[in-house]
Amino acid sequence: MFEIFVGTKFKFMEKRRVAYVISSILVLASLASLIAHGGPKESIDFTGGNLLYIAFDQKVNTSDVRESAERAGLSGSEVQMAQENTQAIIHFRSVEGDTVNSFYAFKTVMEEVASGVTVELMSQETVGPKIGKELEKKAATAILWSLVLILAYVAWRFTRVSFGIGAVAALFHDILIVLGIFSFLEIEVSLTVVAAFLTIGGYSINDTIVVFDRIRENMGQSRRMSFQEIVNKSVNQTLARTVLTSTTTLLAVLSLFLLGGVVIHDFALAMLLGVLVGTYSSIFVASALALDLSSWWVRRRQGQGQGKGKENRLSTKVAAAR
Amino acid sequence: MTNLRMKWAFLVVVLLTASYYLLPTVRYYSMSLEQRDPRVNPGVTGIQKNAMKLGLDLQGGSYLVYEVDIDKIPEELRTGDEIDQVIEVIRNRVDQYGVLEPVIQKQGGNRIVVQLPGLQDPARAKELVGKTARLDFLLVQNAQELFQAMTKVDQVVARRGSEFLKGVLDAETTPPPLGDPLTAVLDDVSPGDTAAADTAGTSLSDTTATAVDPLLAGANPFSTLFQQVDPNSGVVYCPFENYGLARRMLDEVAGNPADGTPAVLAGGTILLWGEREFRGDNENPGRFLYAVTAKAEITGDNIDKAEVQFNLDPTRPNASGVSLTLDKRGAAIFTRLTGNNVGRQLAIVLDNTVESAPVIRDKIRGGKASITGLDDDAEAKDLVIVLKAGALPTDIIPLEERTVGPSLGRDSIEKGVRAALIGGLLVIVIMIIYYRVSGILAVLALTLNLFFLFAVLGALRGTLTLPGIAGIVLTIGIAVDANVLILERIREEFRNGKTVRGAIDTGYSSAFRTIIDSNLTTLISAIVLFQFGTGPIKGFATTLMIGIIANVFTAVFVTRLIYDSILSRWQLKKLSI
Repeated sequence: MFEIFVGTKFKFMEKRRVAYVISSILVLASLASLIAHGGPKESIDFTGGNLLYIAFDQKVNTSDVRESAERAGLSGSEVQMAQENTQAIIHFRSVEGDTVNSFYAFKTVMEEVASGVTVELMSQETVGPKIGKELEKKAATAILWSLVLILAYVAWRFTRVSFGIGAVAALFHDILIVLGIFSFLEIEVSLTVVAAFLTIGGYSINDTIVVFDRIRENMGQSRRMSFQEIVNKSVNQTLARTVLTSTTTLLAVLSLFLLGGVVIHDFALAMLLGVLVGTYSSIFVASALALDLSSWWVRRRQGQGQGKGKENRLSTKVAAAR
Repeated sequence: MTNLRMKWAFLVVVLLTASYYLLPTVRYYSMSLEQRDPRVNPGVTGIQKNAMKLGLDLQGGSYLVYEVDIDKIPEELRTGDEIDQVIEVIRNRVDQYGVLEPVIQKQGGNRIVVQLPGLQDPARAKELVGKTARLDFLLVQNAQELFQAMTKVDQVVARRGSEFLKGVLDAETTPPPLGDPLTAVLDDVSPGDTAAADTAGTSLSDTTATAVDPLLAGANPFSTLFQQVDPNSGVVYCPFENYGLARRMLDEVAGNPADGTPAVLAGGTILLWGEREFRGDNENPGRFLYAVTAKAEITGDNIDKAEVQFNLDPTRPNASGVSLTLDKRGAAIFTRLTGNNVGRQLAIVLDNTVESAPVIRDKIRGGKASITGLDDDAEAKDLVIVLKAGALPTDIIPLEERTVGPSLGRDSIEKGVRAALIGGLLVIVIMIIYYRVSGILAVLALTLNLFFLFAVLGALRGTLTLPGIAGIVLTIGIAVDANVLILERIREEFRNGKTVRGAIDTGYSSAFRTIIDSNLTTLISAIVLFQFGTGPIKGFATTLMIGIIANVFTAVFVTRLIYDSILSRWQLKKLSI
């Protein structure tokens, strides 16, 4: 058999302090960026506004595009060029005067300003303020429900509180870091990006569950190992699967990111980062947290006097390992 | 039957069912654009109905949300029908514009959602939808006036000659993408040479539609497309197959009714189309063409009340009819009009489409008329909506618009499909390198997975969007997971010294729980997204959900079945894994 990671005995848990440090830095940096920007950068889906995505049959000057947008009455316009100046994305607040159709207005002016250029409509979006607010609410509700349901599931599945918290913490960790990266790169969060985040959430827990399942299985079998050793062993055992699945998912999403085109680009980026961070957190963060929380819990209970329960059985081993 | 045989039988049944549902999708999308046009290939509508749909972000088109400003109407005048009226008006116009598969729906909170797929010119569609409605009452002319008007069209078309017809016919045989506004094509046609017009007497053909080629030679290129209805009336019928062509010709001569009242053709007569109707044995709806007076004596402003009532016709007491009440001015005109024209039809025209043309039975005084002889309840209700729509005193406010141009749509499909193919290929390569023959089995499961996915999409008549394609790519990536879980377990059991059989058994059973667990959370996310998501995101959630469920099935049931079958045939000492 061609195999990787057979009988690996990486001491993951021993290295967990390093992981904690890295994770803390990433999470704090993300938070900092988010706070500095006043939250994630919202697309017109949530803020309301207008967007024109235009293609030209040749390279054009950014200044020509800006001028045309102004003259066409697209007030408050911001122009971004793409595809080596053969495409333009124009954000604007509203249309002035009699202009019925913003695209035609722009097209007429642009064809005058840059004679000989053909202007083609790729896409156009207009979101009224009412709808923007509604979509915001919808997105928030979706996120909330998603979290509630996942939490409920984790709570039901993993009766050990420390597991539950570990899994959820990893989830928040993943989402926060990806959100932070988006915030840092000033990429807009649109409805599809929110969808990507929700999917990352599901996927992240997914990963974590596989490891935790193994831990539980091993706990049932080996009575002689310390909890830390059990966790280590479990992570090692599932390493092959984690890496392989992450690789295939990564390849698939990478393909989407590189080849999928402009429209799906941000979504693919979110998924890509999500898979990377999610894998990292499943190996280094979730289990580590579960381990530490578990021992902390045990020590607390020991401090309060003798108590019964499964936690206790391991407590002496943990104490001995320290 | 042994257990294995039953399982195989079950699998075969599932595969056959899936193929059945997948077939329309495969057929429809492997057709060229020409063949997809129902005017060229009438059978296609049946296939299309059962196939998977493409979202607006892939076909191109507009998604518009409007709000009907009910608040503008004083409370005592509100009837509760307003939204229906606006929908009717919009439907009418969108139809005139020529969009093939529009979706116009009510949405909570006085809103209307309009989806116009495949548009070449989204800007015009928007303008059309936003206009205020116009209702007119126009007298239908008699056969002679109809004849004169149609001859005029014949003459103009014939004079333009072969140039014009060729242009129109070319457009007919290589139809542009669905929903093309019918007039846009004609811009390219140059006024032809001055071929002598044959103005010899023409007659209205009462045979079924003639083939298009003879039109080039004939003198009545327009008239021959129609069938006679009643030798005395000013109405003719155009069968489904000829409508596109006839429509283009008339638009070219008199102008598109969507843009405004058509030009007067002869003696104060204009030609207007009716709504789609079935006639005789014809399976496809054609249209009636009416010759009406250009001058409207009574308009929607003159309507005081319109409602559905029973027992208006003593000979059919249970049939629904419409009771119409006009205001004072309207009543006066109406009395004169009906008095002079008993036996003629009065066309009720909404935005230049004839919605109904009841015959005037007698002189009507006092402005209170009843319309009877309607097919059923629904027709009566529709007519009332039309009558009220003409009088609707409010605006519609645009709330949201998303338009994707055709080239972006095509672009997105191409890129999405390419990404999916390459991503899939990479995954396959990895699986085979790492798991060898067992990897091939996993790849087989993956292929089945996708097969089922599209079959279910077809069965549910679901919509594929660009995020939906992303969902498929994601499914490919994570689908492998279930197989990996199982295979890794099997490998482990081998290392622990189990036999092939034992390893497989344990592998599957211990992995099963984990497979369910891990897929379940992603499924939860997908369900939430489906519930709260709009169009494209719903598409993503749909493909993800179906993908996950299909995945569990193929990974657990199908691959196990194959392993079991192999084992029961041969005693394997070792496994290529």
